[in-house]
Amino acid sequence: MANRRSPAPTAEQSAERRARQRWMSVLAKADFADLDALWNNLPSKPAWTVVRAPEVGMVMTRGRAGGTGQRFNLGEVTVTRCAVQLEYGAIGFGYVMGRNRRHAELAAAVDAMLQTPSRRDALERAIIAPLTLRLEESRQKRSRKAAATKVEFFTMVRGS
Amino acid sequence: MYVAVKGGDQAIENSQKLLAEERRGDPRVPELTLAQIREQMSLAVDRVMTEGSLYDPELAALAIKQARGDLVEAIFLLRAYRTTLPRFGIGEPIDTAAMAVRRRISATYKDLPGGQLLGASFDYTHRLLDFALAAGDERPVAEIAPEGVEPGMPHVADILNHEGLIEAEEPDADDAPVFDLTRESPRYPADRAARLQNLARGDEGWLLGLGYSTQRGYGNNHPFAGEIRVGEVAVEFAPEELGFPIEIGEITVTECQMVNQFKGSANVPPQFTRGYGLTFGHCERKAMAMALVDRALRADEFAEPIEAPAQDEEFVMAHSDNVEASGFVQHLKLPHYVDFQAELVTVRALRRKAGLAVDGPDSAVPDAAE
Repeated sequence: MANRRSPAPTAEQSAERRARQRWMSVLAKADFADLDALWNNLPSKPAWTVVRAPEVGMVMTRGRAGGTGQRFNLGEVTVTRCAVQLEYGAIGFGYVMGRNRRHAELAAAVDAMLQTPSRRDALERAIIAPLTLRLEESRQKRSRKAAATKVEFFTMVRGS
Repeated sequence: MYVAVKGGDQAIENSQKLLAEERRGDPRVPELTLAQIREQMSLAVDRVMTEGSLYDPELAALAIKQARGDLVEAIFLLRAYRTTLPRFGIGEPIDTAAMAVRRRISATYKDLPGGQLLGASFDYTHRLLDFALAAGDERPVAEIAPEGVEPGMPHVADILNHEGLIEAEEPDADDAPVFDLTRESPRYPADRAARLQNLARGDEGWLLGLGYSTQRGYGNNHPFAGEIRVGEVAVEFAPEELGFPIEIGEITVTECQMVNQFKGSANVPPQFTRGYGLTFGHCERKAMAMALVDRALRADEFAEPIEAPAQDEEFVMAHSDNVEASGFVQHLKLPHYVDFQAELVTVRALRRKAGLAVDGPDSAVPDAAE
């Protein structure tokens, strides 16, 4: 859907974009306490300046009639956004549902750091991989609890 | 006519102090925390978010606490708060087919792909008060299956759609405007987008009563609960500065697809028709009622006679908002002394004209606006 908004990206840009979409999603969905703890364990953190101070606002969510049809406005969600710039130039954005300013700022800082090739692998290992695992574990747990409530219906066949 | 009155400042201040004290209740009882409300009154939180039109469980919990559990008052508080926030933009439509499903039932297909998942439901409880809860110290443990829910759970409507037995729901053009009642005044006739937004934030009781009325014959459209599903979907948003969509979090939603009796025409063979309900959180009764009313409001589209209240879009939509309804009903409590004085003068004049003796005001009770 992004393609209609901007010119078609090259294969390299697409891969880079997909990578960024993935880590930004993980950073946004992560539990703040998990992100904060992993952040605090990082051995070295660059300095940054806040380009846009954490700001709380809303995004309107939409549904589609029948799940697939005409769009309609369902209601808004609270969102906090923030933009930071690292001392060596990279700009990172944080867009995080809810009103936790620190969460948005850390998400922006990690987004900026991940755009720095020399830092990426270490950061993926230190922050993104463990957060992804936690999210997947929690999703799996909810899913397994739901699966335990699966109904097995029997239709009674009369006679033979 | 409404004429402002002055005075009563001290009384109002003291009333608010009394309200705060009564909200707190007996100080020997521990104070409720927002986390307790969010976790243990979660369906109240979901209703307040849905009708307050703002997904934020913490804020909904605060509103419920402040409103002493009066959910319509809490919805009002949340609506008022949302007007203080800027809107960063509009998200991509949520994809309910990609939902991480925690509950999914169908009253039309026994063995549908992906199966029926009861999830957490009151449906099969006995509705007997559980005195073990009164004792406290509850530590329930849910069963955990060895495997999760099968991925890829098609909508029931897709199964019917495959056979052409149900009307297709085709997307509108991506650049077509979508009516937003928080920015525009309602217009009648309204389009489906305007109706669905109105119903999504409409009062649950109002929709429940209207939905029930359709089942009792006032605009009956023979519904089946084709599918109800509850679970988490990603919220995607494309910030301008990025130029591509990113996931900014997850929300829980409830979706209801009603399958209703056929319609056909010279060009289209008979097909099932559809009603749709969607809410924030787990608001199943609301989603079902919304789907019934959505279908009833499509009477015009299917050339059905509009005879019942639930089919009358202006009647349904203009009275669905409990913040507006509550405000207008409750404004009757405010001083109307001058209006009432005018009525007193009129009724005395009419009685005099009819030849009745009129004593004039009782000197012991001052007249309304004196």
